[in-house]
This record gives sequence, C-alpha cells and structure tokens, in this order.
Amino acid sequence: MAEELHQIRLTVNGTAHDLRVPARRLLSDALRHDLALTGTHVGCEHGVCGACTVLLDGDPVRACLVFAVSVQGQEITTVEGLTRPDGALGPVQQAFAECHGLQCGFCTPGFLTTITAGIRDNPEPTHDEAREMIAGNLCRCTGYQNIVKAVERAAVLAREGVEGDRPGDGSELEAGQLAGDDRADDAATTGLGA
Amino acid sequence: MKPAPFAYLRPGTLAEAVAALAGDPGAKVLAGGQSLVPLLNMRLAAPTTLVDLNALPGLDDVTVDEAGVRVGALARHAAVLASAGARRVQPLVGMALANVAHPTIRNRGTTVGSLVHADAAAEMPVVLMLTGGSLEVEGPAGRRTVAARDLFVGPLETSLHHDEIAVSAFFPALAPGAGAAFEEIARRHGDYALVGAGAVVDGDSVRVGFLSVSDLPTVVDLTGVAEADLGEAALAELEPGDDIHATAAYRAQLVRVLTPRVVAAAREHAAPTLGRTRG
Repeated sequence: MAEELHQIRLTVNGTAHDLRVPARRLLSDALRHDLALTGTHVGCEHGVCGACTVLLDGDPVRACLVFAVSVQGQEITTVEGLTRPDGALGPVQQAFAECHGLQCGFCTPGFLTTITAGIRDNPEPTHDEAREMIAGNLCRCTGYQNIVKAVERAAVLAREGVEGDRPGDGSELEAGQLAGDDRADDAATTGLGA
Repeated sequence: MKPAPFAYLRPGTLAEAVAALAGDPGAKVLAGGQSLVPLLNMRLAAPTTLVDLNALPGLDDVTVDEAGVRVGALARHAAVLASAGARRVQPLVGMALANVAHPTIRNRGTTVGSLVHADAAAEMPVVLMLTGGSLEVEGPAGRRTVAARDLFVGPLETSLHHDEIAVSAFFPALAPGAGAAFEEIARRHGDYALVGAGAVVDGDSVRVGFLSVSDLPTVVDLTGVAEADLGEAALAELEPGDDIHATAAYRAQLVRVLTPRVVAAAREHAAPTLGRTRG
C-alpha cells in the first residue's frame, strides 16, 4: 500500500511552499529533500548534535525532532534566511568569518541559527552567557573558543546593524572578502579544501 | 535513521483526539516529541498512528494562583521556565526545568509530555512526586485526576489507560516558609543526570526526590535524620542501578554527595543566611 501523503504549507525564510509529504517526513528532510534547502545539516538525527537547528516562529528547534506535518502553517527560518536582503552576510555569519568560528563547517548552520535567536533575546551576552547559548551544539573542529568569540562579535555587529550603518556602505564587500581570505588561508595551511 | 511509516491524525478537539487514540491500540500521542521522535528515528518505537495534539486550542496555558501552578499539555518547557508566577509559587519547577536538556529542546518539548513519558532519568516526574502534584487526564469516560504517587508504575510506564490523554499537570505551591533546591550531576551540560536530587524542607520535614537512581522517580522522607547520615539514610531506601553511564557503586556515592548538599541548599532557600540573596 502506498504511503499516505499530506498536503501542507510551510513558510520558509518568508516564502510559502506547498508540499505533499508522508507524515514521517522530518522537517530536516522536508527542507533538504523536498525544498532543496541543503544549508540545514543533519548530523545525529536524534537531537543531540544541534547541526539541524532551525528557527520555528523565531525560536530554535531541532529540525530532526519535528515532523513537517506537525509544524504546518508555521514560519521557519533556516541558515539560508540569515543573509541580509542584499545577499550580504548577516551579523552572525560575518562574525563567524571574522573570528574563524568554523573549520569543516558541518555544524555551522545550527550554530548560526541558534546564535541568531540567542543575541536577539540577549543582545549583550556575557562571556558565560555566550558559552551557555551554544551549549546545545556540538563542534568537533574548533574547540569552541572561536565560536564563543563569534557570539560576542555577532552581538556587537547586530547592535551596530540596528543603529543603521548598513547597508550600502561597502562593508558587505569587505566582509565577503574577509570570509574568502580565511578560507583560502585554511586551504593553504591545512592542505584541505575549504 | 528515519521513522517507520505511521498514520497521522491532527484532531481539532480533545474529544476527537481521545476518539482517535481509542480507534487504534497502536496509537501514540505526539505533543513536543522531544523524547518520542528520537525513539521513532532510532526505530525503538513504531506506533501505527500518531495523534498530534499541536492543533488543539487552549492547552498551552501556564496558570498560577496561590494554590499552585497548572501547566497545559502543550505548554513548552521554555514557557513554564519563563513564568515568573510559577517561579514564585513553586520554585522547584523552574529549578528543575533549567536542568532539562538544552534551551533548544525546551523550546519544543512539553512539561506534561515529559511527565507521561515517565523516564526515571528525567527531572519533572520527580518534581511532580516531590510536590505532591497530579495530572488531569481525559478519556472516553470523561476526566479524572491521577495523583503523582499513582502515576509512575515502571520504567517509561504510567498508570494512564491507552485511550487517555494528559490534559494538564498541577504542581502545588511551596508552603510559606518552606525551602526547595534541585541539583544534579551529569557528564556534560544538558545530558541526562547520572544522579539528580530535589529537596523540599518544610519546618522539621525533609523530603528528597531522586532521579536516575532507581527504575522510578523516588521520594525519600529524611525527616529527623542527622546531617551526617542523610546520604546513607537515603540509600537505605534506594536501589541504585548499573548502566553504561555509571556503576551502581558510583551512583551510590553520588547519592551520598548530593543528598546533604541539596538538603543544605533547601534549608538555605527556606531561611537565607543574612546578607545573601534568596535564590
């Protein structure tokens, strides 16, 4: 017997999508397989690693622990939705580039979404609060020090952003180049591709 | 891994939800899913039908009065933890919730779901026991109240009938002048506790509830026990278990360490030392 499909609407990064999925389709798989939004990464698939974290009506949840049918009609923000409208890096992304907050990048989408909500709720986190903010996300490359720095830097960038020195002042380009430079440096020093 | 196929029902009323559950002996209730979905993903459970409560209206309230805190079946841990009224009336609820997984899990997971999941390693079953709380349960025959002491009957097993749905949980208020504390020891932040303990001290009465020690959340009355004997007195009524995370002997040692510590913290909470702020 063919598996029953359910017609649902998900609003992802501001765009409504109508899709037909089996009830057992995890939100992480609906995003990746049905909507081709592969920025959301799937690590452990039982809620431990945090790589698949997305924002559900603004709050971080594990996309691997939610069925797509169960969140029908709700607003979802993935890592693809964290860039600025002009395509430049958002404050958390830019902070990760500046602070070298990623190496292999697998865990990064979950950190970016978690921290985006974290600094919205707590715009001036202390060092301990920055550590607490990312306690539910695993990274096996960085040792976390640079990610904690990126939380603190992202909070600064987000506050500056609110004060309105962007966009269009040319700093988007600068941030993009900086990110590119970091990756080139990685490839050169580690022998690994970025 | 991915869950096995299941039929999915998304009722709009509680009566429909109860009927849906009654219609399939292999059906399970889905609320937050933060314990259930990992079991499904790993295929440790394969219900034939999931009855999703998330579209039911009016179940996400956290209501507080002087008698206590009532938590609806769809109230997320994060909402309960954020309730200033709940913190004031029954501080033990928030003290324990801060130890439930990580904020991201608490954003989706529900407190009532955690209670009916009845994991002896979870925090909230112990809190319901320790506060003398209860569940409101809706079934085909109507509504009934199940006291915490009658609820937990085995590992991951409650006394609820298959076709009953927990509608809300009630945590009675902490008595005036009483103190509470909660502590646990885990290998990593947000992990299940190797051993956890909550304490309520009310005048001479001293009660301590333990998680991750025995097969059931267990409350031990330590009234009148001398400070130095608290750990051993608690162990006399517990049967620490072995698993891959800790040996029984290590768990026993953690009980010896945690029991006096959490009782002292509850006494301090009841009557803060001069010059220190109440937690």
